[in-house]
Amino acid sequence: MRLPVWLRPILFILVLLAAWELAVRMHPGALIPGPIAVAAGMLELLQHGLLLKYVVASLFRVTWGFVLACVTAIPLGLALGWYRRGEMAFNPLSQIFRPISPLAWIPIAILWFGVGDLSSIFLIFVGSFFPLLLTAMSAVHNIPDVYLNAGRNFGLSSSAFVARVLYPAVMPQLLVGMRITLGISWLVVVAAEMIAVNSGLGFLIVDARNAGNRYDLVVAGMVVIGVIGLLLDVAMRSLEQIKSFQWRSSE
Amino acid sequence: MPEDQAGSTPGNGYKLRAEQLGVIFARDGNHIAALEGISLDIKDGEFICVVGPSGCGKSTLLNAMGGFLSPTTGSVTIDGQPVTGPDRRRILVFQERGVFPWLTVEGNIGFGLSELPRAEREQRIAHYVQLVRLQGFERAYPSDLSGGMRQRLQVARALAVNPDVLLLDEPFGALDSITRVIMRSELLRIWQTERRTIVFVTHDIDEAVQLADRVVVLSSRPARIQEILTIDIPHPRHISSPRYLELRDELLKQIGLAFEI
Repeated sequence: MRLPVWLRPILFILVLLAAWELAVRMHPGALIPGPIAVAAGMLELLQHGLLLKYVVASLFRVTWGFVLACVTAIPLGLALGWYRRGEMAFNPLSQIFRPISPLAWIPIAILWFGVGDLSSIFLIFVGSFFPLLLTAMSAVHNIPDVYLNAGRNFGLSSSAFVARVLYPAVMPQLLVGMRITLGISWLVVVAAEMIAVNSGLGFLIVDARNAGNRYDLVVAGMVVIGVIGLLLDVAMRSLEQIKSFQWRSSE
Repeated sequence: MPEDQAGSTPGNGYKLRAEQLGVIFARDGNHIAALEGISLDIKDGEFICVVGPSGCGKSTLLNAMGGFLSPTTGSVTIDGQPVTGPDRRRILVFQERGVFPWLTVEGNIGFGLSELPRAEREQRIAHYVQLVRLQGFERAYPSDLSGGMRQRLQVARALAVNPDVLLLDEPFGALDSITRVIMRSELLRIWQTERRTIVFVTHDIDEAVQLADRVVVLSSRPARIQEILTIDIPHPRHISSPRYLELRDELLKQIGLAFEI
């Protein structure tokens, strides 16, 4: 009997969950709660209205930090990629800032913005800014000359050239960069919430441990983080599937 | 929309003139002469083919005519006006990937028509869809088209803005040989209905003899005009007629190829 393709990963996960539960039962008091306990913890969070609240809080921060980074880094990156001299001037700076982990900014974020939403938004912004900047610059470099020449040939004004040639030409590569960067922001928000705020999924994990070693809630938080990260990735991928964006793959 | 200036040529009767055109590239401190002393007069509505050894500077000549690079010496004028940059009155058609993959067939043809009122734009698009025989593909993206259809689309996009001069850079070079033959007759048909001045770069001798009014033979680098051959056979041309073969042989000789392999 052959299984439908979509059923296989689900079945595989169910088998793993069963094995996990079995292992926990064979060694009671072991290092990690079993899936049933985790599910119960999740239910408990739901009942207290905490799960939804924390998810919304985390998504709120990610959205702001990521969107702010997009609207600043992408135009700047496109401009720097276009004007090579600007890029040469800016490049050393961005190469120095890029390898600094966003987490290293935590003390400074707290110093500047205190403990609260602004700090974590700032951290997500810092973590997303440089990857997006570099993506935008390289996307401009990768535009085939033939599109630029064809665009110039039709006598467009500068703004029309940007809107009708430059922007659509960089879009496919930009979307891939944005998807990867959104993944980074999701990593950063959890870390930021462990320190700089008192809500959100990162806070949930730290708080559950501090308030009585509720490891079932810790793992529940981890599972929710994973699932939402997956959903964000799926959403960005579906954006890449839009016909006028996906031309690169078919060319 | 620039007006169609066909026929408004002042005095000399030439559409496009290159005078003592020279292009020198500076690369890694070396100066490489690509073109040297190219003087050429092209009449309105004339079909010119440019042939020459590969890498000799055929595309450079076309780019200079299109205003995509400024010549080191000499000048190009169209209707007496010097060419100083790219302009929609002379459209360059590229060998590959010239159409915008993010636009549909309609979107590509209408690319240069955004200033027109909607009704007129749609009418013009419909006309050129028909001219290049892409009916039924108006909403298709270039990735759904064959190579030959994409090149026809590129020609349609160029013609839609009513250019004085069409510059084609080996437009059929990436197509298979059967499609290439079909595309030649399509281009001739379009040229006969629309009557633009055409400069067509090719490395294909047969293509040149089948299409051109005159064939310009360039020498190897730095390219000079070695010979200009008038193809005095009326269309449709019979490709095994004695005159055709004679001209073809002459062209092969000019390029320095043997008659036997």
